[in-house]
Amino acid sequence: MTHRPYTPWLFLAPGLAVCLLFVLFPFLNMIVLAFTDASALGGGQFTGVDNFVRMVQDPKFWVAARNSGLYMVGVVPPLVLLPLLIAMLAQKIVPGIGIFRTAFFTPVIASTVVVGLIWTWLLDSRGLVNSMVEALGGSRIPFLTDSTLLLISSMVVTIWRGLGYYMVIYLAALANVPKDLHEAAMVDGAGPVRRFWSVTVPSLRPTMVLVAALSAVNGFRVFSEIYLLSGGSGGPGGASTTLVMLIQSVGRGLTGEVGYASALSVVLFVILLGLLLVTLKLNRREDQL
Amino acid sequence: MKRAHLFLALRYLGLLSILAISIGPFLWQFATSIKGPGEDVFVPDFIPDDPTFGNYAAVADVVPVWTFALNSLGVASVNVITNCLGAAMAGYALARLKFRGRRFAAVIFASSILVPFEAIMISLFLVMRGFGLTNTLTAVVLPGAIAALNVLLLRNAFLALPAEVEEAAVIDGANAWQRFIRLGLPSVKGTLVVVALFSFMFSWDDFLWPLIVLSDQEKYTLTIGLAYLQGTFVQNQRLVAAGTIIAVVPLILLFLLLQKHFFRGVGEGAIKG
Repeated sequence: MTHRPYTPWLFLAPGLAVCLLFVLFPFLNMIVLAFTDASALGGGQFTGVDNFVRMVQDPKFWVAARNSGLYMVGVVPPLVLLPLLIAMLAQKIVPGIGIFRTAFFTPVIASTVVVGLIWTWLLDSRGLVNSMVEALGGSRIPFLTDSTLLLISSMVVTIWRGLGYYMVIYLAALANVPKDLHEAAMVDGAGPVRRFWSVTVPSLRPTMVLVAALSAVNGFRVFSEIYLLSGGSGGPGGASTTLVMLIQSVGRGLTGEVGYASALSVVLFVILLGLLLVTLKLNRREDQL
Repeated sequence: MKRAHLFLALRYLGLLSILAISIGPFLWQFATSIKGPGEDVFVPDFIPDDPTFGNYAAVADVVPVWTFALNSLGVASVNVITNCLGAAMAGYALARLKFRGRRFAAVIFASSILVPFEAIMISLFLVMRGFGLTNTLTAVVLPGAIAALNVLLLRNAFLALPAEVEEAAVIDGANAWQRFIRLGLPSVKGTLVVVALFSFMFSWDDFLWPLIVLSDQEKYTLTIGLAYLQGTFVQNQRLVAAGTIIAVVPLILLFLLLQKHFFRGVGEGAIKG
């Protein structure tokens, strides 16, 4: 015997306590609360599927779910492709490459809030971007006050911040692409574009699926970017609200409708888990090929 | 040879344009933060006529920005310590100790990873209220104090330690705690640095949870303090800009300090994963 029987549990106790108390218990409690009319003040009667019926009839829910979905669809393709191109630029060790890589990573290090505030200022009706638009002869664009443009502007912020993050993942993967594959293709007379499509992309496919999964899940749970760019309002008339913003505004504070917010949370969880399962399935299919 | 030069020039051209896109917005924010009251902040001019650091002092007059920064620093530091220590202990037990219930413990951690924070945040608020912890910095720290992902990362790192080394220590009479501290921890230093850096960044960056759980201004962390500053003083962009620069500088310094470990640690993880 190399240790007393209870010793492993002493090692595990703090970690298990945090996971059970602050992750798994709230999770189970959320599922229970979703079927009650609990308020922020506590209590709550069992109300069956009332919360879900209300949700289906709630136009705010549909707007929020649509926005979260659109957000995901909008950010995934650029986040799969652009960081890969940047990683290929930054892959080769040339003088000063460390400075470039660090600089590309800076938006990731800066917090989402800092990034959100910087872009709120850039996209202001009189901000730097609109100054440039005017200098080029255009008229000012209402980036932050039109609900569609607000969504697109927030996506740009998410994509901008994701470039450096996913670049690092691609850099690690590119380092593992066998060199002889490239050399063989070169001997066969394949140019750089041809080699990109027939050597780099196929060997990076699992990484691309991973990046697609991560950016899809993160895209669907978007909160901070839209919250900050809209000054907390979710756009004009709340037309740019996302699902997480809706949960936060319904469930928070003294007037919080905890039961309804929990029902919305259940839907969010099911969608995110579904996204994850689809990705795992895609990944498995890749393995069989 | 000439073709190679052309490609190199094109590569640098590409690198420089992405550099401008990544860094430009920060430079613009910094330029705004050092513009004096007499200068029009809407004029697209990166170099102020009369640079001043007065806005950094002025932002502290309208909101307690240094209190916010101290709160954030406190929360992030505690988060680093609890994550490194707590996750290393749990990871060590899962990887190196044999006991009944090990699979059960691993399942608890693995299933915790699958629960997205956004889905449980309202329910988590009720838990904190049950403990009487709402509107405290303790409540900000606790949910992320020992992240399940870090436990599994460290478990994988401990698995790489050769068994013979530990067997020798057992023969020498070292108990589990001594083996953990003397053999285990030094062998996973690289992973610990990555866990520490990510814990700090995650905590410093966290916005949604402090927004839900904190209500008094003097408890605010920098992120919600800055959002409040922008909401209240949106007319004075110089102050908002100074506030954001205060929030971003510590992280850039920390990252530059640990950068070598970071890119190496990320590379290692990718190869093993």
